Amino acid sequence: MLALPCLCCQAQGRARQLWGVAFTTPTYPPASSLIHPSPWKDFTIVAASKAAMRGATILKASDDKTRSLNTHTLMAFSGEAGDTVQFAEYIQANVQLYSMRNGMELSPSATANFVRGELAQALRSRRPYTVNLLLGGYDKIENKPTLYWIDYLASLAPVPYAAHGYAQYYCLSLLDKHHHPNIDYDQGMKILRMCTEELKRRLPIDFKGVIVKVITKDGVREVDYEDDVKVAVP
Amino acid sequence: MASGYDRALSVFSPDGHVFQVEYALEAVKRGTCAVGVKGKDIVVLGCEKRSAMKLQDTRITPSKICLVDTHVALAFAGLNADARILVDKARLEAQSHRLTVEDPVSIEYITKYVAGVQQRYTQSGGVRPFGISTLIVGFDPNDKTPRLYQTEPSGIYSAWKANAIGRSSKTVREFLERNHKDGLDREETIKLTVKSLLEVVQTGAKNIEIAISAPGKPLELLPVEDIERYVEGINTEKQEEAASRRPGRGAGGTTQMPARPAGEGSGSGA
Repeated sequence: MLALPCLCCQAQGRARQLWGVAFTTPTYPPASSLIHPSPWKDFTIVAASKAAMRGATILKASDDKTRSLNTHTLMAFSGEAGDTVQFAEYIQANVQLYSMRNGMELSPSATANFVRGELAQALRSRRPYTVNLLLGGYDKIENKPTLYWIDYLASLAPVPYAAHGYAQYYCLSLLDKHHHPNIDYDQGMKILRMCTEELKRRLPIDFKGVIVKVITKDGVREVDYEDDVKVAVP
Repeated sequence: MASGYDRALSVFSPDGHVFQVEYALEAVKRGTCAVGVKGKDIVVLGCEKRSAMKLQDTRITPSKICLVDTHVALAFAGLNADARILVDKARLEAQSHRLTVEDPVSIEYITKYVAGVQQRYTQSGGVRPFGISTLIVGFDPNDKTPRLYQTEPSGIYSAWKANAIGRSSKTVREFLERNHKDGLDREETIKLTVKSLLEVVQTGAKNIEIAISAPGKPLELLPVEDIERYVEGINTEKQEEAASRRPGRGAGGTTQMPARPAGEGSGSGA
């Protein structure tokens, strides 16, 4: 009984909320990154739409649907309007508290499992969070970029690339075709460009462009991303 | 003696004392010394460190200076185990504050919180007061004014320019009263902190911990070699002063800070 309304919300949420896309590029073998320390070699790119919407109305065109959990983990979220930020900031506070208490940061994989646990607990409570998440990070111990796909039913999957919302229908096929483990940063951005252009071409919603953030061994940083390129529609 | 009135915590003695709180202060006096000194745009915490036993792993033995949040440091004197609990509560509050109002805590706020927790443990049944005093230092967000507060087991808190808690805190505080002045720069502040600690720490640099807080920067723990440098500097200064004093009525006043008369309690530190 309880699951039904959330499925409803979820469907609505998806229709009017953001989408996100992200992918990682682990270099194989990981040791090679030590020999050629290029800051862009091992990275995770996370992109999320900038539109904050309510019904058919766009409230804001510069929304940031990501939160940095610590220096090397970034969480992008989508779903029910209030739930998303509430949940993300709750997680952020707890991950920060962990660092303060233990004097070391939670690794991306530990963070992902913590987030999944919190979502799973909420799911079985009176009011679950309807939030879909992408968790990008860089594991400083294993020296590799990571990406976790988490949905509102608290499924967790480590993936090389992922998308949530309607974006998946357009992006995943592009990523299937073009992503491979050894792409460099420029190739990564090129694939992201293909994704956003495809969305502009085919998605009947104006998502107001994307915020793009990259996680490398040096931490999280936002990169400029040109959004106003005209896209030809057949 | 005080029989009857020192059993249950929340009972006053007829002359208005809460004995358990006073015993807690006694535990603080037995704890190792901690010093806090404010400079012009810096706060320095100094701690006396128990000398480690031969087989102890000093790298992973916890320190007496802890971070409550990225911009707040806390040093304590008293029961280490009690401090751990109190610091944990403070850390939780710091993050909780961030979550609810999207702002880091101010130093006064977190001090008030810590003191509040300590007070609570003097007024309810079945508990024992925290056997620690704390020095809380740092900078408020977007502010360059150094802050230094002290809390006590009773729940009293107070703001200071420089203060000491723990073993021989009185000696150190008196030293600070004589030597602290407003507007000390970074070097002077660190030096004063080390110097004041040397009043009571016999074994020099390896038993001293120094943490430096500057606005907008992460807390800096001074490496042992640097502390050693300060200790050596202070010792040679003291010797020079003693030498210049002995022959005639010395031409003092060459030192940056008015030094106390040589050979008074500085003992084997030299």
